[in-house]
This record gives sequence, C-alpha cells and structure tokens, in this order.
Amino acid sequence: MYAQMIRSTGSKVKTPEEMDPQERAFQERIDAGGKIEPRDWMPEGYRRTLIRQIGQHAHSEIVGQLPEGNWITRAPTLERKAILLAKVQDEAGHGLYLYCAAETLGVSRDELTRDLLSGKMKYSSIFNYPTLTWADMGAVGWLVDGAAIMNQVPLQRTSYGPYARAMVRICKEESFHQRQGFDIMMKMANGTKEQRAMAQDALDRFWYPSLMMFGPSDENSVHSAQNMAWKIKMNTNDELRQKFVDQTVPQAEFLGLTVPDADLKWNEERGHYDFSEPDWDEFFEVLAGNGPCSADRMEARNKAWDDGAWVREGLLAHAEKKKSRAVAAE
Amino acid sequence: MSDPLFEFLCRMGDNTLVLGHRVSEWCGVAPVLEEDIALANTALDLIGQTTLWLNLAGEVEGAGRDADALAFRRDVREFRNLLLVEQPNGDFGRTIMRQFLFDAWHRACLSALCESTHDGIAAIAEKSLKEVTYHLERASDTVIGLGDGTDESHARMQTALDRLWPFVGEMFTGDDVDKAMTSAGIAPDPASLRPAFDEKVTDVLTNATLTPPESDFAHRGGKTGKRHSEHLGHLLTQMQWLQRAYPDATW
Repeated sequence: MYAQMIRSTGSKVKTPEEMDPQERAFQERIDAGGKIEPRDWMPEGYRRTLIRQIGQHAHSEIVGQLPEGNWITRAPTLERKAILLAKVQDEAGHGLYLYCAAETLGVSRDELTRDLLSGKMKYSSIFNYPTLTWADMGAVGWLVDGAAIMNQVPLQRTSYGPYARAMVRICKEESFHQRQGFDIMMKMANGTKEQRAMAQDALDRFWYPSLMMFGPSDENSVHSAQNMAWKIKMNTNDELRQKFVDQTVPQAEFLGLTVPDADLKWNEERGHYDFSEPDWDEFFEVLAGNGPCSADRMEARNKAWDDGAWVREGLLAHAEKKKSRAVAAE
Repeated sequence: MSDPLFEFLCRMGDNTLVLGHRVSEWCGVAPVLEEDIALANTALDLIGQTTLWLNLAGEVEGAGRDADALAFRRDVREFRNLLLVEQPNGDFGRTIMRQFLFDAWHRACLSALCESTHDGIAAIAEKSLKEVTYHLERASDTVIGLGDGTDESHARMQTALDRLWPFVGEMFTGDDVDKAMTSAGIAPDPASLRPAFDEKVTDVLTNATLTPPESDFAHRGGKTGKRHSEHLGHLLTQMQWLQRAYPDATW
C-alpha cells in the first residue's frame, strides 16, 4: 500500500457503550470478520477515512508511473523494456480499480483527481525520489514494491469489501513486480564493476525512503487506533517496517550489497534486526512538497491533465452526439 | 543489396520497434487513465512483435546478431522503418492519427503475410494480426470520437491528418526488396495493400468528418534507409544509450 499518515476521526476509539445501536452492530460485524459493502450503513468517519486512504493509494499508482516511465525509453533490452511497460500498465490498472473502489463510497474519480492536482490529497512519499540509473528499476521493484506488498497483503482482509477485493488482485501483480525487480538487481550485482556500483548506489539511495513508506511510528496515534478498530489498517507502522527489514537484509546479503546502516545488526534476543530510523525531518519535508522530485511530479501530472482536456471534452461531445442521433433515429 | 529477406524482416521489426518506442513515450502522461493503459498495451504488443521479427532477421542473417543486437547496435542509416513511425508524438491527436494510419496499413500487410510461403513469417503475422486488429479498432474509434467531437478536437485531428498524410505513400511504394519477396511468395506487393487501406481509411475519416489532403505527395527514404528524418537519430540516442555506454554489460 502507498498510504501514509491517514487521518481518521481524530477522537479516541468509542467503547461499545458509547455507540448507538447502529454503530455497535457495524463494529460487531467488523469484529466478527464480516465485510462492509457499499450499500451498508457506515459511520461517516469510516467512509471519509477510507476515501482518503484508497484515494491516496490510487494517486500513488498514478504518480508512480512517472519514475519508472523515466526508464522505459532507455531500457537496455527488448525484454526489459517489455517487462517495464507491462509493470507500468499494471500500475495504471491498479489506479483504475482503486478509483472504482473509492467511487463506491460516493466520490468521483474526477473529484479525487482534482484534489491530487491541487495538492490537497497526497501520494506516497517514495515517488518523490528520482530514478537515476537502470539499477533504480531493480531497487524500485525490490524495495518499493516489496514494502508495498508488506502493507497490502494484510489489507486483503480489510473490512471494506471493494477495497479488500481490489487488494487481492493488486497483490498478485505486485509480487510479480517484486520478483522482476530482484531479478534486475541480481543481474546488476553480478555484472560488471560499473553495474555493481550502480546496484549499491541504488540501495544507498532507496533504503531509507523505503523505510519511510510505512510512515512514522504510530503507536500513540488516535488515527491509527481508530483505523485498526475499523480494520482499515491491520498492523502498526513499526510492525510492518520491522518485518520489511527482517525480510530485506538477507536479500541484500545474498546480492553482496551493503545496507547503508552502520547500526544494523541481528538481535538474537528479539529475533529481529535492530536498525536505524530514517530521517523523519526529511520525510515531513517530502510530504510537505519538498521532495527531490515533488515539483516535477506535480508539474508532469498537471500538464498531462491540462493538455488532455481537449481529448476528454472531444470524446465526451462525440458520445453525446451519438446518443442524441440514436434518440432522433427512434 | 544485402539479402532481401533480411532487409524485409528488418523493415517489419524496425517499424514496430520505432513506433513502440514512440508510443511508450506517453507513459504516465496520457489524457485519461484508460489511455495510459491502452497506450502501454499497444507499445507492449509492438515491442513483443519486434522481438519476433528481429530475432528471425538475425537468424536469417546468420552473423550471430539477435533482436537486441539489431535494435540497440545499429545506426540511423541501417534502420529500415517507415518515416511515418519515427515522426514525433506531437499532441495526442497526432499520436492517434499516426497510429491509425499505421494500423490500417499494418493490418492489411499482416493479413497478407499470414499466407506467406515462409512459415516463420506466417506464424509471426498470425500472432501479430490479432493484436493489430484490436489496435486498429481502438485507433479508429478514437479518430472518429475526436474528429466528430468538439470544434477544437476536430481542428486538431484535421491538422494531424494534414501533417501526416505525406508519410502515407511510402507504405505502398515497392523496390527490389519487395520484388524479390513478392516473386518468392513471401510477402505481398506493397501497392496491392492500398485498396484495403483506402477502404478502411475513407470509412473512418468520413465518420470522423475529416478530409484527407488532395495531394498524394509522398516522402520516401525510411524503408530503404536512404534518408531518414532527423528525428530518428534522437530516438536512437535515447533508446541505445545504455547498451552503447556499457557495451560489456549484460542486463
């Protein structure tokens, strides 16, 4: 998943006694593992939080096309070019299912798009980092898709039916992307001296931004507690980050690459790796629009939308003409 | 003239390679999400077809070059694609018009190649034809939708058609390579594809309320490699850079 810092109601989780009967029934259904469907009653906070989360996830898929699209025209072989094209096409497809899932909550794709373009809604911080060498296509697949999967697998069990179902399909494709990314890293890490240097450099640049994808520690956040009670969020950010580090460090070792963290070490007692936190000041700057590529990404999306206005208007006008001709013919 | 069969296969593969590259330049910036998906899908099909054509070209040549060696290590004068496909994307209208004009020729060409006496070529044509039939259907619908849309979309599509029409004729001009292919029953005479092309194009342009220019003047020099446009060199600079900067690497 590419959702970070999702605001919720801002108040603490209600006890069953504080809920009215409708809300209590809703919560009991979630607690029992039931799914909420679009026509079911839901608290307004649940609906709004889901729109923010699904919308942010969809926007991330859309903006996420840009750093990878950056290398499609420079991919080094026809096969790599085809794999990358297929991946970016999958991402646009994920964006589409997610916008459809959000639409079931009563918000249109155009409204969400406007909020992305105005900067009111966010997308994942990770896509504000540049892809500078071909090894970055490996690192994005391996680390970024790896972190996304870590978040998305539990969301297949999220309480909102359309979101959970979208996630099942998305997870299948994401695991394929991650394997492809790791495959690029293997080639680079086992390649020439220059290729190995590119691979290490990609890991150096993408390691901490990948850890940031899980968001800051949220153990004390009221948003997080409410979202977990609603099963919109299934694990804490720290749990997922730890799991990601534990999974990724041995893979880096296998590649013969060094994780850029002098304090990284296996903690026998905890049964986990100890690791350094990313620079959270940098994270908040990136969220505030000061990432290395933030301005470029927003400019590219706004330009695409503005340049495409005549196309959308043209196709709409044609559809209306066709409709009125059909009516006239009746 | 080098082996006409090799030349012919490079023409087929270079068309799909160069157009696939051009279409992939749209990644992430199409006018609407459905178009992002469709353009990526078209580019993906074209790159897949490239691999088949150029691998076969490499086999026929017998000099140890595979599709990647042909795609990434030849220079402008060795490329054999039509001038049409190397033209820059321009606005979305020009991209779709280029796609439509190419697809209409490509479909007619592949349909004929399904009957080729060369089994390898017939097999590639058969596989590609399914994909290209869909490309043509989509491009036709979009040309009609935008041609018969708003005043602005109509004007932009007419401009695109006027700009690209001089690149249509090259698709139907033959040379000694084509003669050799035709007499061996390997490929059709390019001129023979024109009626099917004209029928389709006239039908779609009429529905799109667009008018082709009166002049049938045609630029030439792409498929023979004698005189490409300046645009191809820039495209290759980007496409081949990594392979050429690190020639000892495998990817």
